[in-house]
Amino acid sequence: MGRYVIRRLIQAIPVLLGATLLIFVIVFALPGDPIAALFGDKRPDPAVAEVLREQYHLNDPLLLQYWYYISGVLFRGDFGVNFADVPVSQLMAGKFQVTLNLAVTALVMEAVIGVGLGLFAALRRGKASDTMILAATLLLISVPTLVTGFVLQLVLGVKLKQWTGADIFPVAGVFAGWRSYLLPGFVLAGLGVAYLTRLTRTSLVETLRADFIRTATAKGLSRRRVIGRHGLRNALIPMVTYLGADLGNLMGGAVITETIFNLPGIGNQLFQSVYLREQPVVVGIVTVLVLIYILANLVVDMLYAVLDPRIRYE
Amino acid sequence: MKRTAPEVLPAEGGLGDEPLLAVDDLHVEFHTRAGVVRAVNGVSYTVNPGETLAVLGESGSGKSVTAQAIMGILDMPPAVIPQGEIRFKGTDLLKLSDDARTQVRGQRIAMVFQDALSALNPVFTVGWQISEMFRVHRGMSKSDAMKKAVELMDKVRIPAAKQRVHDYPHQFSGGMRQRIMIAMSIALDPEVLIADEPTTALDVTVQAQIMDLLAELQRESQMGMILITHDLGVVADVADKIAVMYAGRIVENAPVHDIYRAPAHPYTKGLLESIPRVDLKGQELYAIKGLPPNLLDLPTGCAFHPRCPYRQDNCVTSAPPLYEISGTRSSACHYWREVLDGEQQ
Repeated sequence: MGRYVIRRLIQAIPVLLGATLLIFVIVFALPGDPIAALFGDKRPDPAVAEVLREQYHLNDPLLLQYWYYISGVLFRGDFGVNFADVPVSQLMAGKFQVTLNLAVTALVMEAVIGVGLGLFAALRRGKASDTMILAATLLLISVPTLVTGFVLQLVLGVKLKQWTGADIFPVAGVFAGWRSYLLPGFVLAGLGVAYLTRLTRTSLVETLRADFIRTATAKGLSRRRVIGRHGLRNALIPMVTYLGADLGNLMGGAVITETIFNLPGIGNQLFQSVYLREQPVVVGIVTVLVLIYILANLVVDMLYAVLDPRIRYE
Repeated sequence: MKRTAPEVLPAEGGLGDEPLLAVDDLHVEFHTRAGVVRAVNGVSYTVNPGETLAVLGESGSGKSVTAQAIMGILDMPPAVIPQGEIRFKGTDLLKLSDDARTQVRGQRIAMVFQDALSALNPVFTVGWQISEMFRVHRGMSKSDAMKKAVELMDKVRIPAAKQRVHDYPHQFSGGMRQRIMIAMSIALDPEVLIADEPTTALDVTVQAQIMDLLAELQRESQMGMILITHDLGVVADVADKIAVMYAGRIVENAPVHDIYRAPAHPYTKGLLESIPRVDLKGQELYAIKGLPPNLLDLPTGCAFHPRCPYRQDNCVTSAPPLYEISGTRSSACHYWREVLDGEQQ
């Protein structure tokens, strides 16, 4: 196992370099001049612009620029600075905290609601409640986050506050502590809840048809133990791995949700930096996101081996 | 684990005239979209302590469904038992509450399944699975139950049981896996053991070892055993009596030696003739003509008549009862005398 982890981490290096190079090139290829953007609406003095261009190595070949950047990141942990001269690493640290809070909130909601509904539906397969749950998940999958986000913000945030006078679900910012994350967390979790419900249902239904479930029954075990121990332990494998992989998705996929709810997270920052052409910020955020994806996948792969003894890594 | 009131459970100990296990006129139907599948149509058999009954028949003859009905592990619905009794020491299991039934299952009547790889849970160690019987039913501690599991694995002759108890099912060979299945089934000294094609998934040499093991365990504990198989070769050495099933009915009952010497039903005769024999090497192997009947739409009269070389007109119209041939033999054929005499008409 240890050797496998090391091998996987080594494999992550070219992936990380490739991904950052790609994003570096794409951001470079964006139309417009970063120096011009730096000056905003004013026309820069050509001499000053030239000095800045030289200072930021913008006259060097693209690959050399990439080398300056990546060597800074790798050897000095230096992600560069944004237009306001704030170090990107410092900028990201605070934003990542917000995004992590949001992702974990969403993940917990996914796990509790998705697994709960899935188990309920699986044990009542073919009955009306099962059909209703399936229909609800289909609805959740079909409606884009953009719609659920704004609708819930309006109904549960704004209108509910007007009716009751109590600010149960704050609709913007992170000023209300953990409660600020409830509504955006639910919006972000929506798709995952739907998928996990269906995955849980299918997985358990399939497992309960297996021969070893019949054996467990023949051993004289209670139905509760047959389903709870023998069934669930096997059905858990795809569920846990889905949740693990989804943490990466939730971290990176929160751009729309964070923007709707005005949460100062990494997605929101990414959106603004792309808009402002803050090249170092965009590349920095994407680099860290790629790293999170790689680590999340590694954890999932290791979870496989823990959950299913038939899988061995050497 | 809560215990149910003892009076509904079959008493331990003496039997009187009542057999250990008696299946009496059992009917099992499956209600499917295509219609009602009559899988078992009035099966009766008995097993006594220390006795081995072999239930013989091809796929779809109802032999496994009967066994699953005894265990109470049929999925109901779609399965329905409209008629019949399964008496265990005089108590009709079908009339017991679910709780009382669960107490019988695994502890008093146990089952060995065909394919041990799929019948064992892949994510638990074999020791965990065997010791679960002691933990759940006997309330033993984890370590005591694990010791019992090692003892059982020794008993079914798994080498290095003490180390291997921590292995998972997929780490064992087919024969060893079936031994684990057997160890698990005999864990609580059941009075009846049902072995549903226990050797079908195994190599021929391993088959013999497993059958020997089952026979030995049975001799030691005086269990009643129901051996379900389609393999006549497996039967001869271990069985005391044979029930041959066809289309959900028993077509012949006989002590094992009588049936090999002289079958009294054309279907049994066909089965015996389809065994490859060294003295007939080079000749074409006999096969029973036609196909097993569609259980959704059974033939009229005797279900075997479309394939029967002894068929007469009345076979198409009237279903033969089980004719008594002697105290221990019976055959569901109008022309059992002709079959027994070997005179084909």
